[in-house]
Amino acid sequence: MPLPEFKLLQPTSLDEALDLLSSTSSAHPIAGGTNLIVDMRSGKLAPKTLVDVSKLPELCCIREKDGHLLIGGGVRIAEFLDDPMIERDVPILCQMARTFANTLIRSRATVGGNLVNAAPCADTAPVLLVLDAQVELTSTSGARSMPLSEFLVGAFETRRRPNELLTTVRFPIPPSGSAGGFQKMGLRKISCMAKVDVAAHVERDETGRCRDVRLALGAASAAAMRVPEAEGVLTGQALTPERIDDAARSAEAAARPRAGSEYKHRVVYGLARRILAEIAPCPAETKGETR
Amino acid sequence: MTAKFIRLTVNGRSHSVAAEPNAILLHTLRDLGYTDVKNGCEIGECGACAVFLNGEAVNSCMVLTWQADGARIVTNAGLGTMEKPHPIQEAFADAGAIQCGFCTPGMVISTKALLDHNPDPSEAEIRQALSGNLCRCTGYAQIIEAVRLAAERMRDVGEVRNE
Repeated sequence: MPLPEFKLLQPTSLDEALDLLSSTSSAHPIAGGTNLIVDMRSGKLAPKTLVDVSKLPELCCIREKDGHLLIGGGVRIAEFLDDPMIERDVPILCQMARTFANTLIRSRATVGGNLVNAAPCADTAPVLLVLDAQVELTSTSGARSMPLSEFLVGAFETRRRPNELLTTVRFPIPPSGSAGGFQKMGLRKISCMAKVDVAAHVERDETGRCRDVRLALGAASAAAMRVPEAEGVLTGQALTPERIDDAARSAEAAARPRAGSEYKHRVVYGLARRILAEIAPCPAETKGETR
Repeated sequence: MTAKFIRLTVNGRSHSVAAEPNAILLHTLRDLGYTDVKNGCEIGECGACAVFLNGEAVNSCMVLTWQADGARIVTNAGLGTMEKPHPIQEAFADAGAIQCGFCTPGMVISTKALLDHNPDPSEAEIRQALSGNLCRCTGYAQIIEAVRLAAERMRDVGEVRNE
């Protein structure tokens, strides 16, 4: 079946793309199309004009600057698995990427698209939340940044204005000695949408006490969320089985699944406990990727 | 809508084809005669339309034809011929991995994408690599065996790259 009709604009620079988004009412950006084309087929979206941002060089790079990693909104999920810097410094992103849909989708789907679409089950969201990511939104009137936690408002709802593009995701490169983990539960082992995602990032001092703990949930509420209650339980504490259990219980209580999906509370508990237990024995001096 | 001429190189042959903005690469390829690219779900679920787009395996139903302007595309039929099949295609036939055959072209593309990166995959890696391709005949056991067999044969003769 053909797609519904639309006008397709193909700018070659970011400035040109932003001009088109500002001057064309109801223009909708398209990158990998893995959500948008599905939504257009189902009739959920019927944009009159699409602005193809898939080839804008400004959106396509991963680079390091002042201890931060800057990931262009147009970077495709598959690129995380081919980037030695990411593998070394942010292994949690590779862990997420390996469970993100499948090879055929990962080679099209972009980080910006996944965040802007803001499905509750978007896998990039909980991982980038525990990395303390900021998103940069750009329009013809300039760029503004905000924490990802503020950007994600609800199910399929963000603070992006129609004339803005998500140009960059930025987060501090985790210090050596930190550890992270990502766990996903879906209806299949692989190539599935998340029923629950849990991500964690832990930085500890020499004595093994947690200096900084971040825990986030995906698909367990309307928008991916940090869990300050569970983080508070662990801050200043060593990752003992008792503390881990307390933190997992807090996360379980903090989840806000839809009515009928109450089972997700239990899943959050199980996945949170599993991640933290895997992180616990990681020696502080190695940047351990835990699985 | 205004059609535009789009240039594609498919299996080594150059084409210039008039395409509307809403044309999907899957349909454009089939209209050009590359009917080994199968039209399954059209929503990126089944992998039957998988092709190499500039060297990367993608679902061609998820690509607007205009987005592929100037691209180099390889379909299953571009990997081998009836007389000289690609070792992956041969392994699929030998392992009985083809029942109705509808999913096969996509399976072959995903298999090549896997073996190009990982010449000696474990069964778990094979299952992961093919997880975006559905076989409604459910002949997965033979398909996994075919990938294992292809990997073994390709390791024996050294890596074969036809792309």
